[in-house]
Parts: sequence; C-alpha cells; structure tokens
Amino acid sequence: MRLLLAALLLGASPALADWSDTLAEARGQTVYWHAWGGDPRTNDFIAWASTQTEARYGVTIEQVKLTDTAEAVARVLAEQAAGQDTGGAVDLIWINGPNFLAMKEAGLLHGPFVADLPNARFVDLGPDAPASVDFTVPVEGYESPWRLAKFVFAHDAARAPEVPATMAGFVDWAAAHPGRMTHPNPANFMGASFLKQALVELAPDPAVLAQPVTDAAFAAQTAPLWAWYDALRPNLWRQGTAFPENESVQAQLLADGEVDVAMFFDPAAPAALIEQGILPDTVRVFTPEAGSIGNISFVAIPFNAAHRAGAEVVADFLLDPATQAHMQDVTVLGSYSVLDPARLDADAQALFDALPSAPALPALADLGPTLPEPHASWMTRLTAEWAARTAP
Amino acid sequence: MGGAHRAVTGLRVALLLLIGAPVGLGAGLTALAALGWQPGLGGDLSLAGFAQALALPGIGRSLWLTLLTGLGATLIALALSVPLSGWLIGRAGAARVLAPLLAVPHAALALGLAFLLAPSGWIARLLAMPLGWSVPPAWPLPGDPWGGALIVGLVLKEVPFLLLVTLAAAAPRDIAAEMAVGRSLGYAPGRVWARLIWPQLYPALRLPLFITLSFALSVVDMALILGPSHPPTLVVQILRLLMAPDLALRVPASALALVLLGLIAGVVALWIGAERGVASLGRHMVRAGRRGRAWPGCAAAGAALGAGLPLLALAGLALWSVAGRWTFPQLWPEGPSLARWGRVDWSVLGTTLGLGVVVTALALALAVAVLEAEDRARRPLRIGALIVLPLLLPQIGFLQGLTSGFLVLGLPPGPGAVIWAELLFVFPYVLLALAGPWRALDPAHLRAAAGLGAGPWRVLGRIKLPLLQRPLMAAAAIGFAVSAAQYLAVLLPGAGRVAVLATEAVTLSSGADRRLAAVYGLLLALLPLLGFAAALVVPDWQARDRRGAGDGA
Amino acid sequence: MALELRDVTIAAPGAAQPLFAPIGLRIAAGEVLGVGAPSGMGKSSLIAAIAGHLPPGFTLHGQIALEGCDLRALPAERRGVGVMFQQAHLFAHLSIGDNLALALPPGVRGRAARQAAVVQALERAGLAGMAARAPASLSGGQRARVALMRALLAAPRALLLDEPFAALDPGLRAEMRGFVMAHLQAAQIPALLVSHDASDLAACARSLALRPFDSV
Repeated sequence: MRLLLAALLLGASPALADWSDTLAEARGQTVYWHAWGGDPRTNDFIAWASTQTEARYGVTIEQVKLTDTAEAVARVLAEQAAGQDTGGAVDLIWINGPNFLAMKEAGLLHGPFVADLPNARFVDLGPDAPASVDFTVPVEGYESPWRLAKFVFAHDAARAPEVPATMAGFVDWAAAHPGRMTHPNPANFMGASFLKQALVELAPDPAVLAQPVTDAAFAAQTAPLWAWYDALRPNLWRQGTAFPENESVQAQLLADGEVDVAMFFDPAAPAALIEQGILPDTVRVFTPEAGSIGNISFVAIPFNAAHRAGAEVVADFLLDPATQAHMQDVTVLGSYSVLDPARLDADAQALFDALPSAPALPALADLGPTLPEPHASWMTRLTAEWAARTAP
Repeated sequence: MGGAHRAVTGLRVALLLLIGAPVGLGAGLTALAALGWQPGLGGDLSLAGFAQALALPGIGRSLWLTLLTGLGATLIALALSVPLSGWLIGRAGAARVLAPLLAVPHAALALGLAFLLAPSGWIARLLAMPLGWSVPPAWPLPGDPWGGALIVGLVLKEVPFLLLVTLAAAAPRDIAAEMAVGRSLGYAPGRVWARLIWPQLYPALRLPLFITLSFALSVVDMALILGPSHPPTLVVQILRLLMAPDLALRVPASALALVLLGLIAGVVALWIGAERGVASLGRHMVRAGRRGRAWPGCAAAGAALGAGLPLLALAGLALWSVAGRWTFPQLWPEGPSLARWGRVDWSVLGTTLGLGVVVTALALALAVAVLEAEDRARRPLRIGALIVLPLLLPQIGFLQGLTSGFLVLGLPPGPGAVIWAELLFVFPYVLLALAGPWRALDPAHLRAAAGLGAGPWRVLGRIKLPLLQRPLMAAAAIGFAVSAAQYLAVLLPGAGRVAVLATEAVTLSSGADRRLAAVYGLLLALLPLLGFAAALVVPDWQARDRRGAGDGA
Repeated sequence: MALELRDVTIAAPGAAQPLFAPIGLRIAAGEVLGVGAPSGMGKSSLIAAIAGHLPPGFTLHGQIALEGCDLRALPAERRGVGVMFQQAHLFAHLSIGDNLALALPPGVRGRAARQAAVVQALERAGLAGMAARAPASLSGGQRARVALMRALLAAPRALLLDEPFAALDPGLRAEMRGFVMAHLQAAQIPALLVSHDASDLAACARSLALRPFDSV
C-alpha cells in the first residue's frame, strides 16, 4: 500500500522523487547511530528500529553506544581535522544543545534535510515550534526531532511523601532530610539541567537567559543560584563531595534506597523503571509548581557520514506515527511523541489512544508548563563555574 | 648462517614497525598535541596546554589521588605478596589457582567489588539485619574521595600478579634447602622467607613491579567504576577531556598525559632511591639477629581473603545477573529472573571472542617467530626494551596519539586499529609466557632430530611445537585473557565502533540497570576462565588419545 | 649432651614401605658419626627428619631426642640443630660478614660485641678481612668454610652435615674435611655426617650404614 502510494506520488512531487532516490541509495546500508548507551530500553528500542528499517527499507542500524554524546562529536571533529571528508565513522547522532551548537558552528552537519523527510509533515516546523529550536539555537533543518524531553523529579512516596513545591524549597527539604538527595555531576547533561532548572526559577530576569551569556549577565543572573546552592550542598548525599555520574546512576541510588529523589528528562522514565523491576513501585513523578524546562531530542547527520541516505531513512522512520506510538508505549520507552496531534489522521491518533497507562505515568497536563531552555552558552558557563566552586 | 642473520634482521625490523613504531608514533603525537600541535589541525607550539591543564579545578587533588592510589596499592600489594608467596611456595598447584584469578579482567572485578562494597551491597545488607538498618548506611563506597575502594580493587588484582612473578623467580632455586638453613639457624619460617630468601628474588621482581606501578598509576576502567569522581584520578580526568566535544581540550589532555608520564617516572625514580634505604635497613635488622615468631594461620587467612573477596564479588555479579526486584535490606533478591540474559547483545560476546582469537593468534605466531629466529641465529634478539615499552608507558600516553596517527596513515578507527593496539599489550605477555618453556627444551632432542636429517622447519613443526603444546596453550590462554581485559585499547582506536564486553560493562556500570551490567560483567569474568580451562583440558584430552597408541613419555 | 635416635624409619608419600631399615644410634658430644648409604636410600630424609624439615606427606616413626628432650615436638627453628649441605647456601644479597652476623644468637648483645664475634669467626676460617665481600666472589672452598662457621656461630646443640664436601674437588676435599673435623671437635657437640664417599666416612670416629628395609 505504502509502495503503491509512493509510486503514485513519484511523478507529482520532486521532493518525493528525491526521496525515492534516497530510499534506493539507502538499501543495503548499515547506519552507525551513535547514541548514549546507558539506557537499555533505549538500546532495545534502537535494536527494534533496526529490524523494522531492515524489513521495510533494507537499512540496518548499528548502535554505537556512547557514555557521553560528546564522544561522537569529538570523533567527527577528529575526522574533519584529519581531512576525512567522506566515509566518516558516524552516520547519525542522538544530539542536543551544546553538542548541536558545537557541530553546527563548526560546519560538521549535513543539511538542511528535515523538510525533505516524508514524515516531517506530521511535525510542527513553524519558526516558534518546540521542534524548531534546540536550546534557543535555531534548528534550521540540521537535526530531526525524535523524542520529547521534559525535566521532572521523582521521589519515593513511601520513604519521602513530602516534596518541595519550588526549587528554592529544596534547601529546607534537604536540611530536614540530610544526605537523602543529590544531583548528577553537572559535567553530565542531566546535572547541568538541574542547575539550569534552578537558574530558570531563581534568575532575577529569566528573559536574559535566552541571549548568549556575557560576563555581566552571568554574574547578575547566577548570584541567587549560587547562594541557594551553597545552602543546599552541605545536606546533599555524601555532603556534596561526590555526585553520581548521570541520571541512571542516580536512579540506581534511588532504587537502592541511598537517596529519596531522582531526576529525569523523560516523564515516563520512572514508570518504565518500575515496570522493569528496577525502581520500587512507590516512586512518583513531580515537577516544581512554576513548571520545568523541556526540550526535544534530535538526530543529526555529520557532513562526512558514510551512509547519509540510510541515516535520512532512519530519521524519517523515527517520525512515522506508528514508530512514535510504539515509543510512547510505557512498556517500550514511554517517551512522549514529538508529533503535532493536530496533524495526525484518525488512524494515527487511534494508535496513541490505545496505549496502556500506569500509576507512575503522569498525564502530560499534570506536569505544569514547559519552560524554555536557556541559550546553550549558559550551560557551558554554569558547568565550568560549578566545577570551580566545588573543586576541593 | 647468513640466511638466519638476514631473517633475524628482518624480524627485528618487523617488530620495530609492529610494536615500536605505533608506541613511538602515539607517544610522539601525544607530546606534540601537548605542545599545541595536532595532525590536520596544526597549531603553534607552546606550553599553554600545560598551563591550562594545571589550572583545571581540582587538578592538584587529582595528582595527589593518583599518587595515593597507584603507589599505595602497589606498596600494599607488595607487602602482602611477601608473606603470601612464602606461604604458597611449598604448595603445589598454587600457580594453577593464581593464573585464573589473575585472568579476571579489571572491569569485571571492579563491577563485582562495587556491588559488594556499596552502601546497599552485600556487606551492608549482611550488617543491616543485626544493626536494624532500614535504609543503606551513609558510607561513601565505592568512589570514596580517598580512593580506598580503588586501592582495594587494585590490590586484589596486583597481588596475584606479584605472586606469580615471585613464584616464577623462585622456581629455579632450591628454596627448601635455603629454608632449612635459615630455620636451622633459629629463624621462624616467615622471617627466613622475608629477610633471607625473598630479597634474593627481588632483582627479578623489579621490572614487573615497575609495570605494576605504571599500571596502577594509570588504570582507567577500574578507576571509572571504583575511583573517586570529584575530582577523579588523573587518567579519568584526561579521558574526560579527550571525550569532550571541544577538540582544543585535547591539548591540555595530552599535556596531562605527559604530566602523568612524568609522575610515573618520578615515582619509579623514588622507588629506586628507596630500594637502597630499605635494603640497608633490612641488613641492619639481619645483623641484629632477631629470630621472629611464627604466625600460623595469618598467611592462610590473608590468602583466603585475597581469593575470597574476588570470588564473593563474582558471586555478587552472578546473583545480580538473575535478580528480580532486590530492595534494601533484603539479603537475597526476588527472582530468579532471566530477563536480562535475554537482553544481551550476543554480537558483543562474538566481537570479544573474535578479537581475542585473532590477536592471540597473531601474538603467538610472532612469539614463535622470535624464539625460532633466536634458535637459528644462536643468539638472543635483544628486543626486551621494545617489548616492555607498551607495558611500562601509561596507555593513555600513547593510545590517543596512536588513534589520530592511524587515521592520518589511512587506518580508520575500527577492528583493524583495535587489533593492532591490542597486539601491543598481548604480544609481550605471550612471548614471556612461551620463552621459558621454549628455552628449556632439551637440546639433545633437537640435535638428535637434526642428526636424522630433519631440516629446521621440520624440527620446528614436528618436534618443537608438538613438545610445546601445553605451554603454547597456556600462552594462548594468557594472551586471550589480556585481550579480553583491554578497555582503553578498544575504546580509543575503536572509536565506539567496536563494542566488547569490557567497554559494555564499563558503560553499563553508569546505567540504571545493575542487573544488565552484572550480566556483562559476569560474561567478561568467565570468558578468560574458559580460555584457561581449555588450556588445561585440551592437551590432557589429546594426550589420552595418544596414550592409546602406546606413548610412554 | 647427646643425640639419640631409636627405631627411626621414614616413608615417602604413598610408599608401601619405609626408605630404610629402622635405625638407632647415639652420638656423644664432640663425636662425629658417619652414616653411609647409596644415593636414593634416604640419607637426606634422615637429616631432614632430625632437623625438622621433612616435607609434608613423609611419615616418620621412632624417637629422636637431643639431651634427653624429644625433638619431634619442636619446629625446626627451635630444635637447635644446625645443618650444612653440599651447597653453602650463603644468602646472596648479604655480605660474608652479614651472613655470619645473622647466625649469632640474639643474646649476643651490642653492635661491637656482634661485630667482634664475626671478625673472630672469619679469622678462624682463614678469611680475615673478607667481611664486606659478596658470597659470589668467594671460591667454593671459602664458601663452604663460611657455611660451617655460620652454622657454628648459631651455637647449635647438634650439627648435621649432608654430603658437605661433595661439591669440592678432591684436593680441596681433604683439606676441608680436616677443617670441619677440627672445628666440630672444638665445638663439643654431637655431629652426624652423611656421605656416599668412603674417605669421608673413614675420617669419622665411627660410622654405620643405612640398610635397605627388605633386609630386616
């Protein structure tokens, strides 16, 4: 059916004609998708995607599991430095924020390509739409969305039923529960997000955060943040002298009962971890009353990717409504869809309506407003300043 | 003879290209990168990278931690190895137990140890019931800021190595007679060993000790799992900088690699200086003639702890790999559940196996070529320094430079680059393992064969290799174990394209699913053991076949 | 002061019968008893049994007493029985002087007194002034003399010699034998010398031969 449709449309649209060329070129390719490998369910999802794309398009996906996305960026940079302009090792990267900014500025990305993807018609690509801006950096078609991320906290309701309603409230909470909370090291994306979440709430003028950071702005906007952090830190896990490497390690700490609070960039993550028997089933999601920062996870294609066509096919597959519905299934990934519900037809909508629910799975409406991410340059400064302030 | 000479020269050039050139290229490019010049990028030579590196937050503490954990672990391991080797020396088959213990890769042991020591680990759960804990205790293990957990892990890995080396050094001596002489003079056995026999073995232990020291000061996988994180040890700091998206950070990273090299050189120099002091102190004590007392059971207890802790760690891995929900303070998990075993990417096991087999085969062929060339030229090849260089230098000091060098030379990151990099570390161990038995071959056998008109190839194929079947298998098992344990040599030259059990286990150690990490850790621990089991079983099995044909020897 | 053996037999691990026929002997202070036997009969095992170094797995029957006290209950280091082997077994990391100093009982106190004892022993061995030399720089005969002096400096209550001259060439052998016998006499302790060499045994005041177990 799909093939027939494509055949009918072939003559009509030059873009789709190009797409059939892409499909033809992609057949038989193996796409090296560099993606953070710390979450087995995401790894499983990618493995599932490979079986689907292989069956449909003859494209297989090889996940290169990273401990940090920066590894893939460094790889492409090294290839560019060595003059390797074709046949690069990286075909597709799961990317966000500073890494995207770094690659885009260095001219390391292929594109714009997103508008050429057939399934892009289900996505709102308007200039102010969430999928058009990555940490205030305009996407401009150089990366394709695939899953929604929104910062949430999780707590073990059995051990710690009361939770703070604001970021400021964590100081009193931690004083009352010394050693029972922590945050990932801000050198990691998740730890930096914790600081950003606090910054967005505590900054005297949050509007300044949308601009590239300056020394003066940084000093003025982060002063309340550091005062808050200095008050919080002594009551953190291990007195704030050590920090989990990433959100997964912190989730493990919550599972072990070493802390009572964890944080995720995926509202469905706790429900998924409960489902797998990792977190206790008393864990629940909460967000600060004023809302929490959010963004969209993207995939990008390096300028020298060896299997560019295959990578585009995979990016398109990720936007297929059936793929997005599968991904939103809490027993699979539980990540919210990046598609615009208004653009889905009845069949596609039915796929989403049929998804199962879980007690720890919040409704999107319960999570409060989504706050804009600060400009990516703020994160780099925040991380460096935090490292200097906490170095022993 | 001329042909043999040419072959020796050719072999030496080949080894220089295979082993020496990569190390030299990698170290050279690292040094250039430290000074600001990178291949493809260029750059002006300056010391800015060092200034930048030494201005990093917490770098002083990182240096101190590196020294504390590396030197501390080696000193503790050495101190434990003296009485333990004395206790083991009279016990036949000790080496058979030690070798497999030694073969457990660092990452697997670290993972198991982390599960054991964590506030929610087995030890804490064992204490929780009598002490009435409902939440895990607030002890800062693993990853304690003083590097204690890392030291424990390193000691557990280094002691078996030092023991094996000590036993090998003692093998040609008449230890029983020396012990009899010492005891007849009134000295307790432990003291005879420590003051009168062991010091005579020390010259043979020096090089292995320096290798141990260099390794402990630059270990990556174990430090990632057990070591402090804020700040981490120097190598982990270097790795973080190397993995950062900003390519300019490779300059301070390379500068720190040179700082680490300097630190290792300094520690080794300090060690050599201290040797004299310790020897003189020892002579002073010997002159005083104190006889000491026997401490029966102490060494046995130490040996039990040294072997028991790793076994307990591996048992913990095994349990986690089939655990269902396992909340604190329950001593046993719900389950068993095989769900995680169903999630294993078996191609990773295949890659580890494949790499191990290829690298081991190459190393074995190269080692046989070296030893055979020595036989034919009737002189040693004098390649000792070349061989130990990759073991003495910190891996991070040349592997990153090597990876960019490979890329410039047209060898992109991938299995080929990993095989070459692993060969640097596998070949020395295979050669060392094979050289002893090879040189101990009875020359009469070989002369007799030559007298019957057998050419050198026939002697090699029909006599030497069949006679050496057992040592060949043992060397292969060692090579395979070394290959399986490689982390950095896969991570950097593989550029993420090559996934092996060690890299997966380390990656998963920072994931949320401890059970899956345990599955990979357990596979990683078992794989080299299977190699050793094969090395023990296969020759026996073949011998049984031959015995049927009336082979009495 | 005497070393006494009564009905002593030794069996190797797993062996059905002992190495030699039961042996009984008594050696008075100042006496050197020679024990002869072909190699492989268990001479060294006999020495090991008396000194306390019998390897695990060997079974020992009979009584061994020194000055009337049962030696078998004591660990080797507390028996006060010195041994001297075919090889000198000087400790290579220590100088000749230190090899001797370590033998001196801890009861000899004070650095000066201990040093004096070492110097005196070197003189008696004809090695005056060689305290600082390394063992490897000595000749075989010199090493053997140091080994004897070291064994005697420990003030043993008995001394066992296991083929002590076998490694020396014939000329040196007679000279060394004379040196050893003289010092053993001076020490006034019982001494047992095992050897397969007839001239060694002839030099002893008394000698006997180990007999195979079958001959009983």
